Amino acid sequence: MRAVLAPFGRGPSGGRPSRNLVLDYRDDLRIFPDRWARIGLVLLAFLYLWLPSQQVSDAGLRTLSTIGIFAIGAIGLNLLTGYTGQVSLGHAFFIGVGSYTAAYLGAELGWPFLVYVPAAALIGVGLGVVIGPFALRLRGHYLVIVTLGLIFLGRHIFNNWTSVTGGNRGTQIRGADMSIGPLDFSGLELFGTTYSREQSMFFLVWALVALTALLAKNLVRSRMGRAMQAVRDRDLSAEIIGVDLARTKVGAFAWSSAFACVAGVLSALQIRFAGADDFGLFLSITYVAIIIIGGVGTIFGAIVGSIFVVGSEELINQNSRSDWLGPLVSTGPTDAGWLSVGELNAILFGAFIVGFLLFEPRGLAALWFRAKAWFLTWPFSY
Amino acid sequence: MSALAPVLAVTGTDLVQNLIGGLALGSKYALIALGFVVVFRATGVINFANGAFVLVGAYMTYQFFQTWELNFYLSIVLSMVFGFLLGIVLEAIVLRRLVGEAPFTVIMVTIGLLFIIDNLVTAVWGAANLDLGDPWTGSVVEAGGIQIPHRDLWAMGFTGVVLCGFLLFFRYSSMGLAMRATAMDPEAALAQGISARTVYRVTWGIAGLVAALAGTTFATGTGSLQPGLGLLALAAFPAMILGGMDSPLGAVLGGIIIGLVQQLTQLLAPEYMEWAGRSPEIVVPYVVMIIILMVRPYGLFGTPEVRRV
Repeated sequence: MRAVLAPFGRGPSGGRPSRNLVLDYRDDLRIFPDRWARIGLVLLAFLYLWLPSQQVSDAGLRTLSTIGIFAIGAIGLNLLTGYTGQVSLGHAFFIGVGSYTAAYLGAELGWPFLVYVPAAALIGVGLGVVIGPFALRLRGHYLVIVTLGLIFLGRHIFNNWTSVTGGNRGTQIRGADMSIGPLDFSGLELFGTTYSREQSMFFLVWALVALTALLAKNLVRSRMGRAMQAVRDRDLSAEIIGVDLARTKVGAFAWSSAFACVAGVLSALQIRFAGADDFGLFLSITYVAIIIIGGVGTIFGAIVGSIFVVGSEELINQNSRSDWLGPLVSTGPTDAGWLSVGELNAILFGAFIVGFLLFEPRGLAALWFRAKAWFLTWPFSY
Repeated sequence: MSALAPVLAVTGTDLVQNLIGGLALGSKYALIALGFVVVFRATGVINFANGAFVLVGAYMTYQFFQTWELNFYLSIVLSMVFGFLLGIVLEAIVLRRLVGEAPFTVIMVTIGLLFIIDNLVTAVWGAANLDLGDPWTGSVVEAGGIQIPHRDLWAMGFTGVVLCGFLLFFRYSSMGLAMRATAMDPEAALAQGISARTVYRVTWGIAGLVAALAGTTFATGTGSLQPGLGLLALAAFPAMILGGMDSPLGAVLGGIIIGLVQQLTQLLAPEYMEWAGRSPEIVVPYVVMIIILMVRPYGLFGTPEVRRV
């Protein structure tokens, strides 16, 4: 048996493998299944170290950090929506909670970074556990509407809990500690080189992206993760075969909101401001758009989706005065343009959501998987 | 009522006045909720784009009445016709491709449409507040110290007419029967020779038509016509949930309850609910909705969903 399989599977001789041949469970569960994945990983690590050096401007790095922050939040939402099938429009609320936690515990009370970030994650877990039980009684449509209500309730709280949130005017975040041990991410000094705030932020954010991606990837292949996917595919059947529905759904909410709170903390540190108006329906929809465009139910998709969505937004912002966008977009009240930048972005989001769901429901990740399959199965790529 | 007055810090007249105001507000919500219900009933889809239909309807009435200076009632009718066509076109282009997809997909597509249409409306008509105006501006009916604006009476009248129309339509017309059949069991309906495609299309048309009327009732008067109206329409969700998602009568009752609760909160909150912060009436519909969902997940008149493996 082995002699037959080996040449197709991983033997040095013999033809090209007709597909990813899986011989046992361990292969199936491997995070980096083959040589190419490991090469890609090395490339990514190289990119991570190389990008913040003088090659990329501070503005460019800020965009890259924003992408990373959205990726962390999107990984969280994907755990809930993509893997557990609980559609939530309330993600922006948790992002907001994280932001205000950074503002209050980090900037106002001056707690150290390594305390207020876990604290934010724990607050996320706590809120997830409080809100999760709603998902037990309500399914599908009803849950969407309740989580929509969460946004409005959240905004009301953010606007009125003035002592913590600064009310309508929002709150500035200045001087929050950003050091892990000897590394101070508000301006790194490493091996005699001083890095700018943007460069340091890039290091911090993308290290956390890698960490959360790994964490999420491990979570979804664990017992909990398989329970989550069973609940997504058919919750009643999952319950019958012994999945604890309550624990799984509430757990998914807890994980998702913990990730969202961490993303909120980072976004507050990045823009140094938290205001209630930023945590509305639009932000929630942005996150949903990210996971739909990137690929629902893949960790990789959450990151690709962030690159796509934040990147396209940035592209529009930068080209709003160019020849091809200028006539369409107005940049000021006196401008003759037809749409504001925000409106154009919102229209594009809408179009992307509709377009992807109609024509490529599995998102950009599917394009990648298909391309990979095409090369792997060549010359039988049909 | 006046016996209650000494207990509360408001006069009895105030209370009655506000109850009637709440009733009028509630009937506006009810109109929007009816638009949601008709689509959910026939196709099992929560149509987030209904907010966009409401917005387009209000602006089209403005276009006919203010810009092209047609008769007000004619403008409403034309705007409703436009809404009907918009619904049909969207169904034909987008939604018919989504028959049988998961709720998540369909909800997100309608949200995508909401964003596209909302922002296109802003692009066409601008973000500033506009005056839709109406033939009854300022006119009120007075009865025992209580003033009821004509505008509110019309809103209640519209809701009553639309509700009766719905009930009669579903009860007596063959199209209404076809809709109920399709909602109940699409395959069996198809086997009986009902065209599901036509049913879905007409459903979306009706949703657009009712939404146009709802948008107009919300935006009449001075300076109430603005792009935020599309999101205001989302406030009708609690009304729909409260009544049960598939019951027109429930939508109207839910709308009225939400309207009353909201109006009374606005009246009483400054006095009794200081802890709730500024203008809690904005979120109170959602609080009511969440409480109701915890007690009766299918609303007051909704049909409980039977789950099968």
